[in-house]
Amino acid sequence: MPAQRLLPSTEAEDLIALVREIARDELAPKTAEAEAHERFPREVFRLLGKSGLLALPYPERFGGGAQPYEVYLQALEEIASAWMSVAVGVSVHVMSCYPLATFGTDEQRERWLADLLAGDLLGAYALSESHAGSDAAALATRAVRDSDDYLVTGTKAWTTHGGVADFYTVMVRTSDDGARGITCLLVDGGTPGISAAPPERKMGLTGSVTAQVHFDGVRVPVARRIGEEGEGLKIALSALDSGRLGIAACAVGLAQAALDEAVAYARQRTQFGRPIIEFQGLEFLLADMAAAVESARATYLEAARRRDRGLPFRRQASIAKLVATDTAMRVTTDAVQVLGGAGYTRDFPVERYMREAKVLQIFEGTNQIQRMVIARDLRNG
Amino acid sequence: MNIVVLVKQVPDTWSERKLTDADHTLDREAADAVLDEINERAVEEALRIKEAQGGEVTVVSMGPDRATDAIRKALSMGADKAVHVSDEALHGSDAVQTARVLAKAIGTVEGYDLILAGNEATDGRAGAVPAMIAELLGLPQLTQARKVSFDGSTVTVERETEEGLTTVQASLPAVVSVTEKINEPRYPSFKGIMAAKKKPVNTVTVADLGIDAGEVGLAGALTTVLEAAPKPPRTAGERVEDDGTGGTKIAEYLVGQKLI
Ligand SMILES: Cc1cc2nc3c(=O)[nH]c(=O)nc-3n(C[C@H](O)[C@H](O)[C@H](O)COP(=O)(O)OP(=O)(O)OC[C@H]3O[C@@H](n4cnc5c(N)ncnc54)[C@H](O)[C@@H]3O)c2cc1C
Repeated sequence: MPAQRLLPSTEAEDLIALVREIARDELAPKTAEAEAHERFPREVFRLLGKSGLLALPYPERFGGGAQPYEVYLQALEEIASAWMSVAVGVSVHVMSCYPLATFGTDEQRERWLADLLAGDLLGAYALSESHAGSDAAALATRAVRDSDDYLVTGTKAWTTHGGVADFYTVMVRTSDDGARGITCLLVDGGTPGISAAPPERKMGLTGSVTAQVHFDGVRVPVARRIGEEGEGLKIALSALDSGRLGIAACAVGLAQAALDEAVAYARQRTQFGRPIIEFQGLEFLLADMAAAVESARATYLEAARRRDRGLPFRRQASIAKLVATDTAMRVTTDAVQVLGGAGYTRDFPVERYMREAKVLQIFEGTNQIQRMVIARDLRNG
Repeated sequence: MNIVVLVKQVPDTWSERKLTDADHTLDREAADAVLDEINERAVEEALRIKEAQGGEVTVVSMGPDRATDAIRKALSMGADKAVHVSDEALHGSDAVQTARVLAKAIGTVEGYDLILAGNEATDGRAGAVPAMIAELLGLPQLTQARKVSFDGSTVTVERETEEGLTTVQASLPAVVSVTEKINEPRYPSFKGIMAAKKKPVNTVTVADLGIDAGEVGLAGALTTVLEAAPKPPRTAGERVEDDGTGGTKIAEYLVGQKLI
């Protein structure tokens, strides 16, 4: 059963109807095959881009959809129910546009934002390095000033769309002043000196490319610096606040898909002469799954509405990311249980859902880090 | 070229469809309603013609209030404006009454050169409305088109039926109905969805069209549904074990069913 949504406008209803149609007809039929063959579906992003779905929360003036996060995230959730790797890709792309859209000067926005949002380009967000994961401020990729350019050298790790992205929003070190020595650059993917390592061989999300990206003396004009030197970490963390809401929405979409699969199976599978959904042991499990999915949805929507009203939402975004991704892990694990032996095979999607859920607890700040963010906010009052 | 496209909102073929017990009309509450897919193709064809030749695309629809959703979908695909005939009195109208109302509604669109429709709706499947409209308007009808082309004021259609393929020609204005082979309809873009909000939709009643409410609806319909029963559940079917003669047995079965 598709999620029942309360949407704020007719255009939002039409948007969700469009996303469902595209998800059902263009995404879902291809998911299992592409994931099994670890194939990155670039053409699916082109279709989404053409339909305006890669730019929903950005201003209309630059080709965006001018949608509140409350609506954008629900569209993202629908994509995640059909194809997790694609939804994560959309979320990462949207996040990689955020620094320019939010912290760029008018001149920079005029120059680049419409291109980023037009739907043909795909972005990447490069913060992590192999020794700087949770401790992102330890990053070491260097940008050295050379007249009107920076020369960037170093290796970014775990970059979603690494090697396939058209542009990279990269956090680099411009001074040794720890967290205050980090700067944000918008780098064209075609700039000489950029190369990607072979993609990581992952447990799940196999349709998404995750790779190290090497920068070897890459020349980036100073005009492509977003914000001032030293503001990079602040910009990166601000982008992550919104990005985490995207991950929360992806998690809920995944959990919803697992729930739907489990309910459909439990209705038609009979044991002891009855559909297994009639056994209380399973009925309660399914009820708990449904309760968890709907609570997680309510949690991210509450955070999104705060964001849409211009209220602080960092704590709420971390709570949503924590709650929704832990929910996705539990619900997908329980979905495998509901399907019994069938659930453990690759003939059904739930084992894949379970593998996909795990990464949600790890990236864009592990769930331990989310708890740190929440606790810091409580401590500071 | 100015084009009128007839569109209808139908129950989604992906959801369960049924008739009401009370009067055997469509149970519109039971299923999700969508723009009929065959109409999406008609709209798509109209948009392609417009993109090639210029002009304006007007969608005309008869249906309850919520048919506005289907109309908006056509507008978000790129149609320019719409006429929506919405009237309680229309409930239960049959194909002939529908054709009369639509013919009048088409009359409110100025200077059309072409009327496009789907060859049959996925719900009623009468497949007669486009021809009836042509008759009422005194226009040539080119039905079951899988390809449409133009040369000046002449329209040429590849008409495909179970009997085979024929090429038919007429001078404009004309009524053309299309089959699902005609094209692959585009998805609306979100920009299209936003633009659709601002496009004009002229909502009219039967009285506005100069039709007496008594002439339409279930009571005045020329055809009546006396009885309706759900399709029987699928039976287990026949199983053929292949002991080397499987192919022959399947062929015999198909011959027995007059399928080959
Ligand atoms: C598929 C995938 C895609 C990714 N995409 C991107 C991307 O596009 N861009 C990008 O920049 N990064 C990306 N990442 C990187 C991701 O954000 C990091 O993996 C994550 O931040 C964790 O860093 P780490 O892997 O170095 O783990 P570590 O930081 O080494 O953590 C290891 C363990 O220690 C725990 N831990 C660490 N510090 C603390 C602490 N202070 N208190 C308690 N526990 C702690 C962690 O919670 C974790 O359990 C991606 C990762 C994956 C797997």
